[in-house]
Amino acid sequence: MSKALSSIKPGQLVTVCCIQDSELKPKLMEMGLIAGKEVRVLFRAPFGDPIAIDVHGYVLSLRLDEAGLIQVNETIGSEVFA
Amino acid sequence: MKIALLGNPNTGKSSVFNMLTGLRQQVGNFPGVTVDKKFGVFNLANEEHTLIDFPGTYSIYPRSKDEQVVYDVLKNDQHPDYPELAIVVADESNLERNLFLFTQVYDLQIPVILVLNMADLAKKNGKSINIPALEEAFPGAKIVETTARIGMGKERLLQSIQSISKEKHTERFYANARICDLDDSKGQETEATERYSLINTILKRVQTTSTTKTEPTSNKLDRILVHPIFGYLIFGAILMIIFQFIFAFAAYPMDFIDGVFADFSAWLSQELPRGLFSDLISQGIVPGIGGVLVFIPQIALLFFFIALLEESGYLARVVFIMDRIMRPLGLNGKSVVPLLSSVACAIPGVMATRTISDWKERMITILVAPLMSCSARIPVYTLLIALVIPKQTVLGFLNLQGLVLFGLYTLGLVAALLIAALLKLLMKTREKGFLLLELPSYKSPRWGNVGITVWEKVKVFVWDAGKVILAISIILWALATFGPGDRMEKAALRAKNHAKELKLSNEDSERFVASAKLENSYIGIMGKGLEPVIKPLGYDWKIGISLITSFAAREVFVGSLATIYAVQEDGGENKRLIDRMRSEKRADGTPVYSLASGASLMVFYVFAMQCMATLAVVKRETKSWKWPLIQMGFMGALAYLGAFITYLILS
Repeated sequence: MSKALSSIKPGQLVTVCCIQDSELKPKLMEMGLIAGKEVRVLFRAPFGDPIAIDVHGYVLSLRLDEAGLIQVNETIGSEVFA
Repeated sequence: MKIALLGNPNTGKSSVFNMLTGLRQQVGNFPGVTVDKKFGVFNLANEEHTLIDFPGTYSIYPRSKDEQVVYDVLKNDQHPDYPELAIVVADESNLERNLFLFTQVYDLQIPVILVLNMADLAKKNGKSINIPALEEAFPGAKIVETTARIGMGKERLLQSIQSISKEKHTERFYANARICDLDDSKGQETEATERYSLINTILKRVQTTSTTKTEPTSNKLDRILVHPIFGYLIFGAILMIIFQFIFAFAAYPMDFIDGVFADFSAWLSQELPRGLFSDLISQGIVPGIGGVLVFIPQIALLFFFIALLEESGYLARVVFIMDRIMRPLGLNGKSVVPLLSSVACAIPGVMATRTISDWKERMITILVAPLMSCSARIPVYTLLIALVIPKQTVLGFLNLQGLVLFGLYTLGLVAALLIAALLKLLMKTREKGFLLLELPSYKSPRWGNVGITVWEKVKVFVWDAGKVILAISIILWALATFGPGDRMEKAALRAKNHAKELKLSNEDSERFVASAKLENSYIGIMGKGLEPVIKPLGYDWKIGISLITSFAAREVFVGSLATIYAVQEDGGENKRLIDRMRSEKRADGTPVYSLASGASLMVFYVFAMQCMATLAVVKRETKSWKWPLIQMGFMGALAYLGAFITYLILS
């Protein structure tokens, strides 16, 4: 079952499932957030927003409403760095 | 030959640009848009090449107005800036995302060189690329490895520029490639999915990673720098250091420049033959140029620090921790830099808003940036504070004068934030703001790049602000030199006789005459005409004249008052001017410069848009007179109301 990326705790490894249709969708995909992509939530800004994620070797920060567009699946057996 | 330089942000694109062109760089405009076109020339085998630096983008499909120029130019082979060759700079340690843009350019069939930059970093991360194998996947293209930061790979790159075929290749990487229309998001989504899947297939073949586990790229520094408490403390401390430099240390070179120009214009007015033209030079043009150049130390220092923070990767973290705080105010984390720059000067501040991709957030940042107290306000503030605020210590250790100065800066900042919040409610937009910001890895700054950035910003300031300030200085000089009919001559004669009666010294009587002439010039008449309007604020027509003349630049206020009161300017302290202003009385015997009228003037200068150069830049950046006029309107209203209320309360 998929969850919004905005609800994922720092340290967790997840797999992108799909992105909600929106003006931002093609932009998010161009940044490498393609279905099947593994990303790790790294840390959150002081007020919990925005968040920073590791997209295969680079760090991307997104506002929570942007992260909320992205549905992810938790990767089973992922170790937690945090 | 025209060469386009493209690449993702944070790939060292500007290092490649600097490596190829050195200091032979210029800034122009792409036709029809306000985006800066940075270009440089270099020679190769007796042929001159022009390298055009395009904005850093992740895709040819733009995310902001700034980025759209990439799409517009590359898609249209009739465009005057359409390149014969493209160089795409990629971060070798992050090839997957970087190849996205490269393959798009490749599929446009423009001859293209892929520069794998930051090769050293990739090696350190245990990544290596089989370049011949990668080249095979892109027939017609060339691939070069560089570490531009230290100038490595320059020869290889130059060789490929020379040897690559300038004919358009016919191959395509993504066979179904067609360049989508800008509003075709479905097409762009399909393209993204398929392009990435092709890129990954290739990368599996050509890239070897020696370490198998995927360590998070975040490092220990981030734990501290984005920490809820330490993050802000560190940012605050950095700001303190920057302001210390801008305010305390920049004062020495500024006083020096100020002195040189004052001496030079005094020398000119003595040496040049008397006449209108000499006056124009010594009283209009030279002080006008001096008034621009005096701000260079502050602007250079500020941009030195901003470039340093940007180069090191820290600035993106500032955006990251400030975004949530700025958002309720209709601003963006990226508004921090423009607002910070505006403390030196609103002109580079307004230009720095170009990185904000959201239209509304960018517009609000532009509109409120001039409310931040800039360096041109300092001479006005210090004069007025010395005049009406007593030298007192409050609460045992706080200097009252310093406290008032701090209060004025705070007033500007608070006004900027409140107006921003108000504009957020008033401005309608269908687009939703977004951030999507890459946090680059920390790097030690490249001093060459920092130096070039500072040089560019200073150049832009001197040119953009300079031409407006100079033009207005000349107009104001003319308005102050000429008057209707023989009114000025008569007044001068009367003053001369009066001075004789008073047995004034030669110098004093000259100043006496100058003051009388100014009173009867066009500008004097305008000042008097303004008096009924500004009377409720506690000002007389002499202040009115100075308000008009300081439209070129705020600090002119001080010099104008000196002329009006016929006192010699004596540099930083302004002792004589202050004494003269203290003794200035109204008809009823009360002083003109009371606490009430002085404070009212300070508040007026905090809010008023007394800067034509900024208005001109806002017009250029927003491409219409609508926004600068709105800005001047609300800032003027704020200034008038604020000054009126201050005067009312304090008198």
